[in-house]
This record gives sequence, C-alpha cells and structure tokens, in this order.
Amino acid sequence: MNFLPYAVAAYLLVIGLYGIVTSRNLIHMVVCLSVVQSSTYVVLLSIGFRSNATAPIFVDIPVGTRAVDPIVQALTSTDVVIGVTVSALLLALAVQVHKRSRTLDPNSLSSLKG
Amino acid sequence: MEDLAALGVAIPLVTAALLSGAAVFLPRRAIEIVSIAAAAVTSACCLLLLMDASESPLVYWFGGWVPRDGVAVGIAFVVDPMGAALAAFSGVLVTAALLYSWRFFDAVGALYHSLMLVFLSGIVGLCFSGDLFNMFVFLGVLSVAAFALTGYKIEEAGPLQGAMNFALTNSIGAFLLLWGIALLYGRTGALNLAQMGESLGTRPDALVMAAFALVVAGFFIKAAIVPFHFWLADAFATAPLPVCILLGGVVSELGLYGVARVYWTVFEGPLSSVASELRTILLVAAATTAVVGAVMSFAQHHLQRMLAFSVIAHAGLFLVGLATLTPAGLSGAAVYMLADGLVKASLFMCVGILQHRLGGVDEYHLRGRGRRFVATAALFVVGALALAGLPPFGTYVGKALIEEEAKLLGLAWVTPLFVLVSALTGGALLRAAGRVFMGWGPPIEHADEVSQAEGEEQEAETVAGRERTPAVMFVPALLLGAAAFALPFVPGLLAGSEAAAEAFTDRTAYVEEVLAGEFRRIPAAPAHAGPKSEELVPGFLSVAGALGLAAFTLGSNRLPSRWRRAIWNSAGRIVVGLRNLHSGHPGDYIAWLTFGVALLGGAFGVALR
Repeated sequence: MNFLPYAVAAYLLVIGLYGIVTSRNLIHMVVCLSVVQSSTYVVLLSIGFRSNATAPIFVDIPVGTRAVDPIVQALTSTDVVIGVTVSALLLALAVQVHKRSRTLDPNSLSSLKG
Repeated sequence: MEDLAALGVAIPLVTAALLSGAAVFLPRRAIEIVSIAAAAVTSACCLLLLMDASESPLVYWFGGWVPRDGVAVGIAFVVDPMGAALAAFSGVLVTAALLYSWRFFDAVGALYHSLMLVFLSGIVGLCFSGDLFNMFVFLGVLSVAAFALTGYKIEEAGPLQGAMNFALTNSIGAFLLLWGIALLYGRTGALNLAQMGESLGTRPDALVMAAFALVVAGFFIKAAIVPFHFWLADAFATAPLPVCILLGGVVSELGLYGVARVYWTVFEGPLSSVASELRTILLVAAATTAVVGAVMSFAQHHLQRMLAFSVIAHAGLFLVGLATLTPAGLSGAAVYMLADGLVKASLFMCVGILQHRLGGVDEYHLRGRGRRFVATAALFVVGALALAGLPPFGTYVGKALIEEEAKLLGLAWVTPLFVLVSALTGGALLRAAGRVFMGWGPPIEHADEVSQAEGEEQEAETVAGRERTPAVMFVPALLLGAAAFALPFVPGLLAGSEAAAEAFTDRTAYVEEVLAGEFRRIPAAPAHAGPKSEELVPGFLSVAGALGLAAFTLGSNRLPSRWRRAIWNSAGRIVVGLRNLHSGHPGDYIAWLTFGVALLGGAFGVALR
C-alpha cells in the first residue's frame, strides 16, 4: 500500500481550498475549484490501482489477467463530466460579472451583505 | 410498476431535452403547457409509486442486472414510501411553480422550463437511488440546474453573485461527498447502499468515521446547516421568485434526506455503538442552525431574504427530528418538512404577488403600499401564523411530534428551542405584514444601502405597478396554503408516515429487499391520534411569541429612548455582528465551510474515542 497518491490527493484538496479562500479573481477561483476537483480524480484512481496490472479492456487479454478496477475509472469520467458542466457555468457567470461590473475581484462585489 | 420509477426520471429529462431543441418552433404558451404537463405526469407517477410502495417497497434493476448470490452487480432504484413522498411533493411544487411562472415573467425562454424539468428529474432520481454514486450524480444534475435557474436573470449583479456563491459552495460539497464515496468504495468494494452497509460490519473505525464525516458534510452543505448555510441566503434572495418556491421547499430537505438515507442504509451498523455521541453532535449543529437562521431572519427587511433565513432556521428544526435517530423523530420531521414546504411555497408566492404588483420586495419600501391587497394580505398573515406553528396546521403537528419524541429521549430543551425559533421566524413575517399591508411601525428613511441595491435589482424583474393579481399566481398560493392546513386531517397520513419511517430505518429489511429480493409488507401502523393535547401549549406559545415580537418591533418607537438604546446596545450589537459575518464574499464562505468540515470531522473523531 502506497500512501503517496493519497497524500497528493489531500494536498490538492487543501491547496485548492486555500486558493479559493484567498482568491482575488473569479477566473482564478474557478481554476482553484478544478484543482479541488482534481483531488477526487486522484483519490478515485488510486483506490482502483493495482500494481503490475493492465488496463481493464477484456477483449484481447486472457481471462484472469490482473487489471486495474474499471469502476473507479467510470466514476472518474462521470466526475469529469460534472466538473466540466460546473466550470463552464461558473466561467459564463464570471464573464457576465465582468460585463456588468467591470471587475473580477470578489472583494469589490458587494450586492449581497447581511 | 417498478418501471414507473425509471419513467419518473426519464419523462422530465426527455421533455427538457426536446423542449430546448424544439423551442424555436414553438410559441411560449405551447412550451409552458408541455412543461406543466410533463411535471404533472411526473408527479402522478411518483404518487402512484407512493401508493404502491406504502404496501411494500419496489426495486428496479437497470437492464435487468439483478443481484447474483446476494451481491449487487447492477444499479438499482429502490422506491420506499419516504423517498416516493419527497419525489411526489417536489413534483407538485414544480408543477405549481411552472403554473405560477405563466404570468410572472414578461419574457422567458424555453431554457427556463427545460431547467425546471431537469431539476425535477434530478430530485426524483436522488429520491429513488439505491446506489450512493448515483445519488451523487443526481445531486449534481439537480444542483447544476438550480445554479443556472438562480442566475437566470443574468443581466443583474445580485443573481450573478448569488448563483456564483451557490455553485462554488455546492460544488465543493459534491466533491467532499465524492471523497467520502471513494473512501467507502475502497473499504467495501461496493456502491450499492445495501451492499455497502452489509460489508461495513458493526465496528466503527477511523476510515468509516472519516467517510461518514465527508458524506454528511457534503449533504449538510446542500441542507444549509450552519456553518455551511451562507450560500442559501444569497441564492434564495436573488433567484427569480418562482424558482424560490421550488428551492425553498425542497433543497434543504433533499440534503437532509441524503443524510438520513445514507445513515440508515450504510452507516447504522458500524455507528450504532456511538449513536448517542452522534446524536449530541447532530443536535448541536441543528440547534445552532435553527437559532442563527431565526435571528438572521428577524433581522432582514428584504422579504425574500427573510424567507431564505427562515428556510435555514427550519432546516435546523428538521435536523432536530432527524438527530433523534428514531423512527418517531424521523416521521415527525417528514410531516413537518411537508407542511413547512407547502407554507413556504405559499409565502414565496405571496411575496411574488407583491413584486408583481408593486415592483419590489423590501419591507420599508413597501410600507403601507399593500393596503389594497386584502386577499394576499390575509393569505400572507395566515401563512406567517402557520409558519410559527399555529394549531392545527401541519407545521404544528410536525413540530409537536418531534417535541414529543425529544421529551421521551430526555431532551427537555427542544420544546423551548422550537418555540423561540418559530416565534422569531413567524414574528419577522408578521412584522413585515403589518408594515406592508397596514402601514404600521415607524418609517425608516435611510433603509440601508444594501437593501436599496437589492430592491432596485428586483424591480427590473417585472414592470412595476400591475393592475391585477393574475389568478394563476393567487390560486396556487391559496391551494398550497390550504393543503398545509388540511395535511393533518388527511386520513392515514400520520400513521402512514410512522410506518414509512419504521420501514426507512429498518436496515435488515432494506438489505433483504435489495440483495435477496425478499419483500416484506410494510405493516400498517395503528391509527395515529396526532400529538397529545398538552403540545397545544407550546404551539400557541410560539404563535403568541410571534405576534408579540411583531407588535414589539412595530411599536418600538413608542418606547422611551433609554429603553431603545439599551435594547440596541445588547441585542442589536449581536445581530449586527452576526450580519457582518454574512459578507457575500465567496472566499469567506469557503473558509467557513472548511472550518465546518474540520469541526465535524473532529467531533466525529472524538465520538469514536
């Protein structure tokens, strides 16, 4: 059992959250959100990883060959789809924010308080 | 019959896709009729499923991939009465909201209707999923639709920011949930809820606890439990009102449904040995949420934001019912959610009528301008009283059931908490009603800048000063309010809810149904006489409290100035401090979120020791 991938995943999660909290630019914030999301890809793929195993495509390999877990890969690709949707939506909102208020700095947006 | 479960998701989703494609050829009314019909058919499907599932739950395996030797290999929909009821309720609300939109918007494209239907499809999928990853996917579907609906008025600053905060916070919630799912999958090798619960055994350990903390945090963000609640006020205060009808009635409920479903199918085995510690943690979160939400609600004068905070406050009260971790508490919470959702929807509709007629929703701006609207005023006041829990409304019955169960568990503080929170949230609305419809209370010339900015934003939504209230706006509001009143008198509803809660919390039966295909009939619970009559005391006390608070604030200018200053120096300071925490800055919200996850994880860690 190798802990390195889990450490990387945890690092991505924390650094992404740090980026969002300290961000001064909405585009940067959306990219940081993608970093947070990358942590889920890493953790999913490392859970399904097996050493000395092949890709889980069972067409031309003998039955019983060691293969990595295909389920986590399916989960990851679903996760990618959701991530793309959310990023696209957030970036569209950011473009609109810039159009309307000529700024992308969340500190200078203040229509919601209290 | 099981096939209907798949149809409940497919009908709205396919209609949404077709509508967005065919929108260029269709006139607006045709789009509206098709979308309302699709929502109504979906609700009918869910109601049929509810009736069927009340006898015994249904399991639908996609592609016929039934379990082999008690191991789930496929993906399942499991329809139990609790989930079906939530799905049917959401369907009814979507139908009502679409009907309400008929006259609300001056211009609205087919995408609005498509998004509403996608939202409904996600809800139905989430309620029926028997698979944790699919719960995550359907949560994603409904969230993305909700983000887009919140930011529908894309030319305005408020909705943009509200949607942005909503999307950022809830996406992080979804990722935390996925982390939890990944850890659970690593431990159990399964995604099916029943299978996961079977594989986890009965011993809690650090990994299970960490996974539980992540999953609960993910759902709590959706449920807007303090300190994860900031996004909700921003999103609900800026979304178009027909969207609020929907969001206010179902979103936090879905988050809590997720927690309950996952606890009772997956985690109950390993965590039942630390159940009392768990209860304490959940109750602390619930009480904090309820108090913060109620105080913030009372401090608002933007009606939409006021209702948003009362959604948060009542989510805290629902969580009290859930946190008892008993079937009776869950049943009470379910009845309360249903009634409260109906009342909230009706109140949001009344606010929408004010917006439609007067072009604004700020209490001070509208002072005395609502005198002509007798029917709307009456409905609004009755709604506010129902929100405070006036007997015999469904809200009173739900609250009383939770209070009774809490008393049995020795939690004597629950009743005063419920009275306080109901009085504050009901009182805020009654105060607003007095000001808007009667012109009572001191005028405030300098209604602060925030609310003015918000008020101006909102005015763009519809042209101010319409002459008539359209029937499609008033009648749904009246019907939903009447439904909240009639709820406890529906024969068999309380008994049915109790039986559904018993079935919901019975993990062994769930596993047998899903993995072995052995169905048990849900035993009919004995007729439920409703809450005991001594519960009427706290019920009327909350209503009296709400009336008293409203009268006190409306008449506060008659108090001697020394008193006023004393009140300001004590309570006012605290409220201002609390309001300043709600900064509208997404970075702050994510910092609170991170803190909350750490707190939750730490508390669960301590519980494990």
